[in-house]
Parts: sequence; structure tokens; C-alpha cells
Amino acid sequence: MKDFEYIQPETVEAATAALATKENADWATAKARVFGGGQDLLGEMKTGLEEPSALVNVKWIQGLGGVTQADGGNLKFGATTKLRALEGLFSSGAFQVLSEAAKTIGSPQIRTQATLAGNLCQRPRCLYYRRPEAKCLKKGGDECFAYGGYNKFNAILGGGPSYIVHPSDMGPALMALDAQIEISDSKGTTEMALDDFFTLPSDGDVTRENVLRPDQVVISLRTGLDTPSEWRSTYLKFQERDGFDFALSAVALSLRVQNGAITDARIVLGGVAPRPWRCREAEQLLLGSMEAASLAKRGAAAADAALLGAEPLEHNAYKVPLTKGLLQRALRQLTA
Amino acid sequence: MLAMSTPISLELSINDDRVRASVPAHWTLLELLRYELGLTGTKQGCDKGDCGACTVLIDGKPQLSCLILAANAEGKKVQTIEGLQPAHRKAGGVGLDPVQDAFDRCGALQCGFCQSGMMLSARALLNENPTPDRTEIRQALSGNLCRCTGYTQIVQAVELAIAESTGAEPESPSWSDGNPWKSTTSLSGKNGGDA
Ligand SMILES: Cc1cc2nc3c(=O)[nH]c(=O)nc-3n(C[C@H](O)[C@H](O)[C@H](O)COP(=O)(O)OP(=O)(O)OC[C@H]3O[C@@H](n4cnc5c(N)ncnc54)[C@H](O)[C@@H]3O)c2cc1C
Ligand code: FES
Ligand code: FES
Repeated sequence: MKDFEYIQPETVEAATAALATKENADWATAKARVFGGGQDLLGEMKTGLEEPSALVNVKWIQGLGGVTQADGGNLKFGATTKLRALEGLFSSGAFQVLSEAAKTIGSPQIRTQATLAGNLCQRPRCLYYRRPEAKCLKKGGDECFAYGGYNKFNAILGGGPSYIVHPSDMGPALMALDAQIEISDSKGTTEMALDDFFTLPSDGDVTRENVLRPDQVVISLRTGLDTPSEWRSTYLKFQERDGFDFALSAVALSLRVQNGAITDARIVLGGVAPRPWRCREAEQLLLGSMEAASLAKRGAAAADAALLGAEPLEHNAYKVPLTKGLLQRALRQLTA
Repeated sequence: MLAMSTPISLELSINDDRVRASVPAHWTLLELLRYELGLTGTKQGCDKGDCGACTVLIDGKPQLSCLILAANAEGKKVQTIEGLQPAHRKAGGVGLDPVQDAFDRCGALQCGFCQSGMMLSARALLNENPTPDRTEIRQALSGNLCRCTGYTQIVQAVELAIAESTGAEPESPSWSDGNPWKSTTSLSGKNGGDA
């Protein structure tokens, strides 16, 4: 690893001030990096994918970790909340999807260090991206090697010109709860839908997965459900190994149930697209009665609708039936 | 606000010893342990979070010393494999930590490279939950990869340590006809030998 300056601010203001240099306004020139649990960043620094000249450790900032109540029964999670802390929090109800997603991430060792914001901002795991000698699109080159190469783990939805999948499990889980993300820089604080935070490679900057600038710090994540007490949620992830692995496909599903009928739903897929992938049309198909036969039919229709635009590459067509199956299983579990 | 360029000085507790060290900012805790302090029981495997060989306990929780900056361990209580038996004795035990003893008797290793991380993950689990079931054991050890054993004896070793600590009859291991534990006296429990 190359040497760097290690900065340990105690307030958000000090952190954003340290990041507010001219070169840090743009990823192309930025040299400072926000440092959370380091479970991704240090790996990238060891292989030379990242060579920051300064690390701004945000874990010592008071009040940036932990869970608090937000409006109308929603919850606010500080950016440095550890994944390990989320694991055991919810075993039922609207927020169950968060604990279920957290439990599937890495190993106990990794979850103890990894922060929520770091999980959302982690970089892709594409084999070509992680290989320093492969100068792919993501690293300023002009080809996505996965497209014509080995693409078993790559995108079937939303791909092009890069075909990475977003590696985060917390992203889909939080989006299934209509989460908002709070971001600060030296000029102030803004909040936006997490849905608007993530980007596709075709949205503009193919080298990034979200709209965050290098001089910004993620402060918190807030769920935004209407009446959380009426919602239930779950996270189903399929991995090659039973534990300690990234998703081949994952489904975050949340349902609002009123008077025995589904009146609202969120379906967000992980492991299949360059960003957490929301399926709005499929969500609409889930609305209606909880009667088993009707529900099974609507589940199958929703699964087809969710994967309608899928364009598998040479080695990843298996993700289509896999994802459809996961979605229907998640629906059965949540309505049993 | 603290801003440091290299080298940085830090103070932490390692196996109950207060340690002061001065290391480059980019050094990991693993590098501090192995290359500055000579505590080579902590292994450097993949060096990127994939294998768990570098597992140490920080404030009682298993973490990867290869993915933690030494600077981040400032003020923390770090326990490495070298500290496992001393901690057991300090707490009034004799001989080896029961986890070490059970790993030894179950033959839960071949090359041994994974073993220190594996035993620390197991120790952390038992400190938190003295009677985990097999699923909980497997989950707790899921971040520690072993290329040699196939894990069967490792899980059985943890189960043996649990059974002996609760006074339960240890289950007969899959690789033995009779039950070798029935009449065995645990080294850690009674003899106090240094096996
Ligand atoms: C072996 C292994 C297996 C894994 N398996 C999974 C898995 O199955 N599912 C999954 O979701 N993840 C997995 N991960 C990834 C892991 O969850 C992430 O590495 C971790 O969550 C990152 O969190 P961190 O706090 O350590 O982030 P860091 O490594 O500190 O940072 C990651 C990125 O986020 C940025 N960042 C961090 N905090 C902030 C902030 N507050 N504001 C702005 N930017 C910030 C950093 O600049 C950096 O670019 C795995 C990692 C490893 C090493
Ligand atoms: S050496 Fe740290 S996880 Fe492999
Ligand atoms: S005994 Fe060789 S890696 Fe586990």
C-alpha cells in the first residue's frame, strides 16, 4: 500500500472541510477518500486500484453511528452504523429486510467493521475491474471486458456500456423501504431518494456507481414508508457458497397489507444490474387479495414482468429463472 | 482534529500488555503484529479479507487484522492467538484454553494455517453464547476458510469444548467407532498439562 496522510476529524464540519480541496471536486483529480470500515477501500488500496494521498476517517465523528426514530415510525441509521449492529435488530415487520440483508454480508469479521454507508458506496466486484492490469471502462479504459469475456457474475439488466453488478446487499434492502440518503459537503447538507443516488453506467459517468462527489460525506439513511406498521419485508439472496459470498441474485421485497389485501409493494433486485434494480411495473401486479391461488398467479406474472427487459450475456442466463424463483419464494414467505 | 503523516505513534493493549508503537500510517494491524511485534501466530493469508487467517479479537469481537489500519486500533484491546492460553489461565483456568485443547484432541487441523483465526472466532462465539447450536457454530466460523480439513473436525472440536464446559456428554465424533471422549480427561479442565 502507498503511504497517505491519515486524518481523523471529530465533526462532520471538520471532515467536509478536510475534503473541500479544489482537486477533490471531481473524481478525475480527487486524492482524498472518505474512510469508513475500510473493508473495501483497503482492499482496493492494496492492489493499487486506489492510491489516495489522504484518508479521512469518519468513524470517530460523534453521532454518525446508531439508529434513531424518524417521522411516522420510520428509522434513521447513521452512516457509520456497523452491519453487525443491524443483523440482530429486526426479526419481523417493515424493517426485517435490513437485518436479513445484513446477515448475508461477508463474514462476522467483516460485518463487525463494515459501515452502512461504506456498504452502499463500495466498488464493484467484477473480476476485470478488480484486476489492476485490466484497464476496463470502469477504470477509464475503453472496453468492458466482461461483455465478451467471462460474465457469469455480471449484469442481465441495465448493463451497457459497462456490465458490472452492484455488490451491495444493503442497497436493495434500503430501497425497498423508500430510503432517503443524507449527504454533506462543506456548503451544507442535502437529502435525496436512495433511488436517485445510484446510477447506471449509461447515465453519465461510467466510472462511478452513484452521484456522490469525492468532497461529500454520507451522513445518514432514513426509511420513508407511509405507516411502517402496515408493512412487512424480506430479503432473499442466492449465493454460490452458503455464506461469505456476494449475491448471484437477490430480492428485497416489501409489502403493505391493509385489511387482508396487498395495497402497496416494493421489489428491488440485487446482483443482477449495475445498481439496485427497482421493478415498478412488477410491484403493481402484486397488489390485491392475499388468497393463495390468486397470489401465486400474480407472483408469477410479477416475476415475468420484473425480468422482461433482461438481456443475459454468454454465461449468465441462469440469473433469469433464478431471480424469478427468488421473487416468487419471497412473496410466498411474506404472505404465508 | 488529528492529522498525521507517517510515522504515527499509537498505544493499544495487546494480550493485556500495554504496547506503544510507531508505524507508517499505511500499516495494517496485521503488519504491526507480525513485523513490528513478532507475534507471528496471526497469519497473513490472502491479505484482502477472503480467508480469515488474520483474525484477531478486538474488544472481544473477531475482526480481520489485514483490513484494519494499525492506526485504527489505537486504544483498543487486541487479543491474538498468543494471548488465548494466558487469558484462560488469568481467568482461573489451567492448561490450554478449552477450545485449543479440543482442537488438539479432535485433530481439527492439518497444515494449521487457518487454526489461530479459527480458534479465536470459536472463542469469541463461546464468550458471547456458551451453548451455540451447530448452525450458529458454522455461521460464526464462516469467515475462516480451511483448505485442508473439510471442517468436520473443526465443528466437532467446538462442540466438544461446549459439551465439556457444560458437563454434557460429548457426542461421538463421526470419524470414530466408539466415543473417545467418554473416559477422557480434559487437559484444560483437570490435568493442567501443557500438551
Ligand atoms: C471478503 C468480502 C466479502 C464481502 N461480501 C459482501 C456481501 O456479500 N455483500 C455486500 O453487500 N458486501 C460484501 N462485502 C463488502 C463489504 O460489505 C464492504 O466492503 C463494506 O460494507 C464496506 O464498508 P466499509 O465501512 O468497510 O467501507 P470502506 O471500505 O471504508 O469504504 C468503501 C467506499 O465507501 C466510501 N465511503 C465509506 N463511508 C463513506 C461515507 N460516510 N461517506 C462517503 N463515502 C463513504 C469510501 O470512500 C469507499 O469508496 C464483502 C467484502 C469482503 C472483503
Ligand atoms: S489474511 Fe486477512 S482475511 Fe486473509
Ligand atoms: S488446516 Fe490447513 S488451512 Fe486449515
